[in-house]
Amino acid sequence: MEELRVVFAGFGGQGLLFAGKVVANAGLIDGREVSWLPSYGPEMRGGTANCSVTLSDEPIGSPLIMNPNVLVAMNQPSLVKFEEAVVPGAKVFADTSLVNRLPQREDIEVFAHPATELAEDAGLKGLANIVLVGKVLKETALCSRETMEAAIRKAVPARKAQMVENNLQALELGFNL
Amino acid sequence: MAEQTETLKYERPKSLLPVVTNYCPGCAHGTVNRLVAEVIDELGIEGTTIGVSPVGCSVMMYQFFGCDFVEAAHGRAPAVATGLKRVNPDNIVFAYQGDGDLASIGMAETIHAATRGEQITVIFINNAIYGMTGGQMAPTSLPNQVTQTSPYGRDVATAGYPVRVCELLSSLDGVAYLERVTVDTPAHIRQAKKAIRKAFQNQVDGIGYSLVEVVATCPTNWGMTPQDSFEWMRENMLPYYPLGVYRDVVAEGFADAAEAAAARAADCPIASQGGAR
Amino acid sequence: MAQNEKVLMKGNEAIAESAIRAGCRFFFGYPITPQTELAAYMSKRMPKVEGTYLQAESEVAAINMVYGAAAAGARVMTSSSSPGISLKSEGVSYIAGADLPCLIVNIERGGPGLGSIQPSQSDYWQATRALGHGDYHMVVYAPATVQEMADLSYKAFDVADKYRTPVMILGDGMLGQMMEPVSLPEPRTELPEKPWATTGHRGQREHNVANSLYLSAEELERTNFERFERYDIIKREEALSEEVDCDDADIIVVAFGASSRIARSAVKEARKQGIKAGLFRPITLWPFPVEALAATVGHAKAYLTVEMNMGQMVEDVRLVVEGRAPVEFYGRTGGVIPTPDEVLEQIRAIDERLGE
Repeated sequence: MEELRVVFAGFGGQGLLFAGKVVANAGLIDGREVSWLPSYGPEMRGGTANCSVTLSDEPIGSPLIMNPNVLVAMNQPSLVKFEEAVVPGAKVFADTSLVNRLPQREDIEVFAHPATELAEDAGLKGLANIVLVGKVLKETALCSRETMEAAIRKAVPARKAQMVENNLQALELGFNL
Repeated sequence: MAEQTETLKYERPKSLLPVVTNYCPGCAHGTVNRLVAEVIDELGIEGTTIGVSPVGCSVMMYQFFGCDFVEAAHGRAPAVATGLKRVNPDNIVFAYQGDGDLASIGMAETIHAATRGEQITVIFINNAIYGMTGGQMAPTSLPNQVTQTSPYGRDVATAGYPVRVCELLSSLDGVAYLERVTVDTPAHIRQAKKAIRKAFQNQVDGIGYSLVEVVATCPTNWGMTPQDSFEWMRENMLPYYPLGVYRDVVAEGFADAAEAAAARAADCPIASQGGAR
Repeated sequence: MAQNEKVLMKGNEAIAESAIRAGCRFFFGYPITPQTELAAYMSKRMPKVEGTYLQAESEVAAINMVYGAAAAGARVMTSSSSPGISLKSEGVSYIAGADLPCLIVNIERGGPGLGSIQPSQSDYWQATRALGHGDYHMVVYAPATVQEMADLSYKAFDVADKYRTPVMILGDGMLGQMMEPVSLPEPRTELPEKPWATTGHRGQREHNVANSLYLSAEELERTNFERFERYDIIKREEALSEEVDCDDADIIVVAFGASSRIARSAVKEARKQGIKAGLFRPITLWPFPVEALAATVGHAKAYLTVEMNMGQMVEDVRLVVEGRAPVEFYGRTGGVIPTPDEVLEQIRAIDERLGE
């Protein structure tokens, strides 16, 4: 299977690190090589946060993704920051609730959905991250539905177990977009 | 010929090894080392006691005592003692430190071991000078005291004021017992021994951090005879460093330092809660 | 080592959990970025295993608490990041001088001074040459994956006890904060006896003394000679390294820890482009894997060391290569992480020069 290099980018508080953790857990369940790296440093304080998740069938070199083949952008600055970095043929997922200018490149596939609003409308406030994970799953087939659901159960900490159901609904919502 | 009976009046404490110490004549270290050894003997704790020696004139203490010993870096004895005591809480751990070691380079370790309420015993020798390095100004050198590095006398305008350790530590909640003593006369030596014994007994009983400050002399670096140095000490140091008990939670009616601290913080809701664990 | 079920863990947490499984029950530390997760994990876990987590008043105090606990015979550790490690250097020298075992973790950040909080490898010299004063070494492990952070921390306690020496794990902010699947080692049930520990003689033996002071120069010299004989054994027995495609390589990239991962990506890409490149990765930085690297000197035409500093390990590589092939250096510093493309560019440039 092709190496998956996903960057989740947006504001702190949008659950980007958690979304990355869900995808990383999917890789773990499938027995693949996995790395998850949060951004930290000045950009953490400048309003944007991101995390790099790599799933591969070979040992992973640098966990810091310079050229993602999947980008999940949950705000405008993040899209601007990574737009040029994604490889040709990359799949870019934009939350149009917060992104109003989409990439102009023609060598990439763009999936634009108002994930934040869709989540809120469905009573899943704060789960736009997982809505987008659902859409990523559908478009990339990075793993099976069962694996991703199991990954959500694994990633949600025990003390927040009541959140599992909402996360699964968000996944479903995104998958059906 | 009438039968002669010998009564042994004075002998080496068992917990002191039969070696010659490196202390100068008239120095308080010899006396205080012996008092510590007598207390260890009397409490029967040599086999479970670990000493921590400082950097200073008593740096070789581990060669004089029969109990286990750890030689600490300058000022770090309370931190080393903390490590020892946390690993083996049933051991009796004492740190023995001079004024430069305890109140200058090791002040942070001193204050924090005290405020943590480490169950250790600290013996503090305050002779107002750095002895081993040849008589430099110490954190407890008196105003106008001449030393190698205050050749015109300690100028408080530039060098600041001496530290009164017992008074300073007495504000901390972790402390169970603080007493300042000296060893210039038999009566004072008896009182010093009583204080040292209490500081060790407190540890045996788990009452809390205990420190005994011994106001002491340094004839060699003060440039005086032993007799004159004790006279100088009585005249100048005792008014600045008054003898007496600065904290004794048991005498105040508490079971231990923790109980005294709780009473003091009774009006603070969060401090009065049980642990979250 | 038994293969337990893999879990996703941050490098910092893997070190902590693995240390606990190695029997470490005493942690003394002081807060600093980017080792934060390690201390936080310990503060949560230690009380559950009847261990001690103590936040010291300073790095200086923390390492001296480690000294005391090591003297008392416990498996004990501290962790910090670069500026904090500088503060610990005094204590580490005393620990080495008193022949006591312990683990020190350095999750490096950029320097000098307060530096940055981003990952760096600029404490290589400090770790392998000059952490503290005096004639001594400590074993230094440079993990490159979260799994290695777990495995080497576990091993570190055994090596420390075996040779009675401080051992360092030299990581960096990237390895500390990244998550990877990791299989944790089995908890230790038996720990080695330490008859030298200062635990109280109980009338059963002569007194034990933990000490690094020798007033006689000859006695200190003798002690140092003995310690260096032990270091010779460590050099023979404990050096570790990994080689990727080195057998037929013309260009060998030498890199450790985080930068070795970047180098690995670059070497892989170079091979795809037809350049015979390989990766040599020291896992122990002290002892440096001299023999293994020396074995490549016959066939490799050039070496490139890649580091996240201004060029520190490159000196050790040059000592091994002894001028028999060019040894070049590429590094980023201050917390900047080099990219595989940058390294690839260097490999290609060397390849072109070799072709001339």
